[in-house]
This record gives sequence, C-alpha cells and structure tokens, in this order.
Amino acid sequence: MLSFLAKRIIQLIPTLFFVSILIFSLQHLLPGDPALVMAGEERDPDVIAHIRAQYRLDQPIPVQYIYWVKGVLAGDFGESLRIKMPVRELIAQKLPVTMQLASMAIVIAFLVGIPAGIVSAVKKGTLWDYGANLFALWGISTPNFWLGIMLIFLFSIELGWLPASGYVPLSENWRASFASTIMPAFVLGNAIAAILMRHTRSAMLQVLESDYVRTARAKGLSERSVILKHAMRNALTPVITLGALELGTLLSGAVLTEQIFSIPGFGKLIVDAVFNRDYAVVQGVVLVTATIYITLNLIADIAYILVNPRLRA
Amino acid sequence: MTDAALTTIRLADGRANELESPARRALRRLLQRKGAVVGLIVIATFIMLALFAPWIVPYDPIATSWTLVRKPPSALHWFGTDELGRDILGRVIYGARASLMAGAISVGIALGVGVPFGLLSGYRGGFIDALISRITDAMLACPFLILAIALAAFLGPSLGNAMIAIGISTTPIFVRLTRGQVMTVKVEDYVEAARAMGNPRWRIALFHILPNIMPALLVQATLSIAAAIIAEAALSFLGLGQQPPAPSWGSMLNAAQRFLTNAPWMALWPGLAIFLVVLSFNLVGDGLRDALDPRQR
Repeated sequence: MLSFLAKRIIQLIPTLFFVSILIFSLQHLLPGDPALVMAGEERDPDVIAHIRAQYRLDQPIPVQYIYWVKGVLAGDFGESLRIKMPVRELIAQKLPVTMQLASMAIVIAFLVGIPAGIVSAVKKGTLWDYGANLFALWGISTPNFWLGIMLIFLFSIELGWLPASGYVPLSENWRASFASTIMPAFVLGNAIAAILMRHTRSAMLQVLESDYVRTARAKGLSERSVILKHAMRNALTPVITLGALELGTLLSGAVLTEQIFSIPGFGKLIVDAVFNRDYAVVQGVVLVTATIYITLNLIADIAYILVNPRLRA
Repeated sequence: MTDAALTTIRLADGRANELESPARRALRRLLQRKGAVVGLIVIATFIMLALFAPWIVPYDPIATSWTLVRKPPSALHWFGTDELGRDILGRVIYGARASLMAGAISVGIALGVGVPFGLLSGYRGGFIDALISRITDAMLACPFLILAIALAAFLGPSLGNAMIAIGISTTPIFVRLTRGQVMTVKVEDYVEAARAMGNPRWRIALFHILPNIMPALLVQATLSIAAAIIAEAALSFLGLGQQPPAPSWGSMLNAAQRFLTNAPWMALWPGLAIFLVVLSFNLVGDGLRDALDPRQR
C-alpha cells in the first residue's frame, strides 16, 4: 500500500511538470502581445518597454518559465491585467462559488444516478430498466447550455419560480443562494447522474451474479436485504470513487453553465479572461483546476484501494 | 421437406456463420440493436440534409427580412424566424454541415495524432512510453473544454480552428486508449509469432496490432464524435467557432438566449438538433460496443 502510494505520488511530479509547461505556454498561445495588452491605450514605446522589463517579457521564454514557476510555488500567480487584482485573490473569491455549484451538482447526481442505476439493474429488462436507460441517454446527450436555456424559459420566464441569472452568496441569504444555484446545479448534475447511473447499473449487474449474492439468497435472506446489505455495498465502492473524479469534470462543465446563468464563478472567470487576453488569470485558473483534478484522481485511487481489501496486498 | 434436406440447410447455415468475417458479424450484431439502428437512421438523415441542403431549404439561410423578424412557427416558416427575419428551418439544416464536419474532422485529427503516439508508447515502452504518458496525463488534467477554449482563442475564431482545437483536446483520450489496447494485444501469441518470423517493429504495429485494436478505437471514435459536436456547439455559442452570418447550432443558441421571452422557438430547434445528433452517435457507439465486445459472442 505504502509503496503504491509512493509510486503514485512520484508519478505526479512529471505530470505536474508537464501541466506547468502546458499552462505556461498558454500565455504564448493566446493571441496578442501581452505587453501591448497591459499598456492598454498607451502606445508609447518607452512605456511598453518598461512593461516588458517589469514583467520580464524581454527575457528568454525558459527564463520567464522559471520565474513563473518560482512565483507559483510561493503562491503568487501574478496580477490580472483587467481587474488589477492579484490572481490568487480572484481565485479565492471565485472558487467557492463554483465549488458550491459543483457540490450541489454532485449531490443531485448521486441522489438521481445511484437509485436509478440500482433500480435499473434489479429490474433488468422491465420498463423501469428501459426508463432508467433512456434517462441516462438523455443525460449524456443533452448539451448543458441548451438545457440551461430551456430551464430558464420554463422556471424563470413561464412559471416565474426561480431567478434567471445572478448569484447570491450562501453567507448572505441561504434561501436566495439556493434559488440562484439550483437550476445551474441541476444542469451540471444531469450529465453526471447519467454517467453514475450507467456505472451503478453495470456494477450492480456484475455483483448480483456473484457467488456471495447467490449464497445470501440461498440462506433465505429477503431480496431487500440481499440488495441493500450485500450487493449495493460492494457495487457502490467504484461508483463513489468515480463520483469524486467527476467533481473535477464539473469544473469544466461550469464554464458554459456559469456563462448562461451569469454566475461569477471559475468558469465565467476563465471565459472572460480568454476574451480579455488576461494571461495571468487564464494560467492561474487552469493550473488550479488541473491541480484539483490531479488531487481528486489521487484521492480516488487511494480510496479505491482502502475500500477494496483485495488490492491492498 | 425431408429431414435430410433440413439437416443440409442447417449445416450450410452453420458453415455460413463460421465463414462470416468479423466485420460482417459485427455489422449483423449492430443491426440487431434497435437503438443503434434508430441512431444510424437519424445520422444518415442529417448527413443527407447537410449534403443536399441547397436543394432542400425553403429559404436562403442568411437572407434577412425586416418584415419577418421573430415570427413564430407557421405554414410558411415551419420553425419560425430569428431576430433578423431568417428562416430557422433553413439555418438548422445548414447548421448540420458545421456540426457534422466538426465532429468528423476533429475526431479524425485526434485519431491521426493520438493513435500513432499511442502505438509508439504502448509498443516501445521504456522512456518513450513514460514521456508520452506523462504528457497525456498533463493534457487530460486540463479540463477538455477549457483547453479547447484556450486553443480556439489562440488560433482565432473560425470553424476550422475550432475543429483543430477540439481535435487537439481530444487527442490524449486516443493516445491513452491506444496505449492500453496495445499493451494487452502485444503479448498475444500471434504478435509473438509475427515477431519470431522476423517482421520489423513498424510492420508488427501496423499490420498485426492495429487491426486488432480497431474495434475499441471505432467505439471511442463514435462516442468522441458526439462529444466533439457538443464542443463545437459550445465554442460557437461562445463566439469561438462558426462566425456569423454562417449558420451553426451553437451560435443560433447564443442569439436565441437574448430573445427567450419573445421568441423561445429560436432556442428550441437548434438545441433539439444537437440533442438528436448527439443522442444518435451515442446510440450507435453503445451498439458498436455491444456488437464488438468479444464477451457478447
């Protein structure tokens, strides 16, 4: 177990190194000259030269990379060109918004996807199974930005139950906060619910055919007890670790959802930054997202081993 | 009919099944799945609509008319008109071109780049494998859409560039899949036999390994086309894909969002089109997976 953990962590070092190179190169991939963008309306060559020197843009790219990595390791992601605020503060401001959205989405996904998967497996070949499979196909095939628009039309414009856009922080008013995030959370959770349903179904089907479930049935246990105590516990382990991984995927899905519902989170921050050529923000957001994703991956791996005694040896 | 004659027919049937090629068997199995058949029909319909769009559309999809601004669906304009008085049906049909092309070309790019690297990584192993694997991990750690947005912004907003951006962002999936498949296949007896016969490495990889990993690649390619169509629509929605006035389902949805109160039909049809095409590719992908899965045989 310890050697696995050590190996897994050592593997992270080159991955993070390549992630940092990829993200740093985004600055050079985005259109436009950073110095000109920073200068704004100012076209004085002296000012532009000063900016180049100040941000080390006049240095060779590898040198710029080393300075950038040094800064990142010290928690300094640079400063936003547009908002004139340290990127670290911007991230600290926006990340909780997206995390609230992602957490609500994952709860919705678990509440819908896992029961649907269990019912589908237990009642294989019945209308319940077909219904759950249709739901899964619907979930993975619906573009979340279209679903968002349709939900706004139904619940905000037609019924007037929920606000169409905007965000109220949880600390300000929890009811208003819930109302402002429930639709985007559902949009985000919908696709994940479908994925979880499919995984739960296939894991349950596999477990229901195993020897120990057959033994439990032979002992005369009730079907309810067989499913809830014997089958479900074993089937859900990989599904729950998968759910942890999907939390990382949600950060990507949040990009369009936040755009549609005008939620000032991580997703909206990166889209605005790309359009404003706000390099430091793009780099910071992508780096934090990638780090969250890698960390969740590691946690999921460890959790999988911890709950599966056969893999511990 | 006599028993002897029936036995002869049964024997002939059995022999025909034995002689059936793997591709034909997979096709037969695919066509036995109702969902996959429905998916194939819908995809074929959209392909025909896209190909013959100029002869099918009732009105020019980019012709504006100030007297027809935001008209609801009617006998003249089945899907209604948009904010510039353009016929939505025509724009949805022409939009199929952008979406299907984006799906096919971006996945083509991902296959073209990802499969050779995956083959190299899985077959050679060692340092090259470690290097390619870590780069793949790094790319997979950056959220797909965020990477595609950043690349599309770098390349400049256009449909072609959106396809390249989606293709590059999809590539690591194919590298990882190919590598995994090669690792499984390369220890098979027939690969050992090919090696023992003195075949060069490139020949073993191309002619002995690649054909045997094709089923997995085909399934993933079909599912990736669905994801690429959504990604293209997302980029066009953000203004990074197909540029106006050329029709695209994503950009149509972007425009529709501003007129949701007065003209909800503007959002309904392009979204429904994306949903139908993506659903169909997912159905075909699922069907292919079942048809090509050796455990099903």
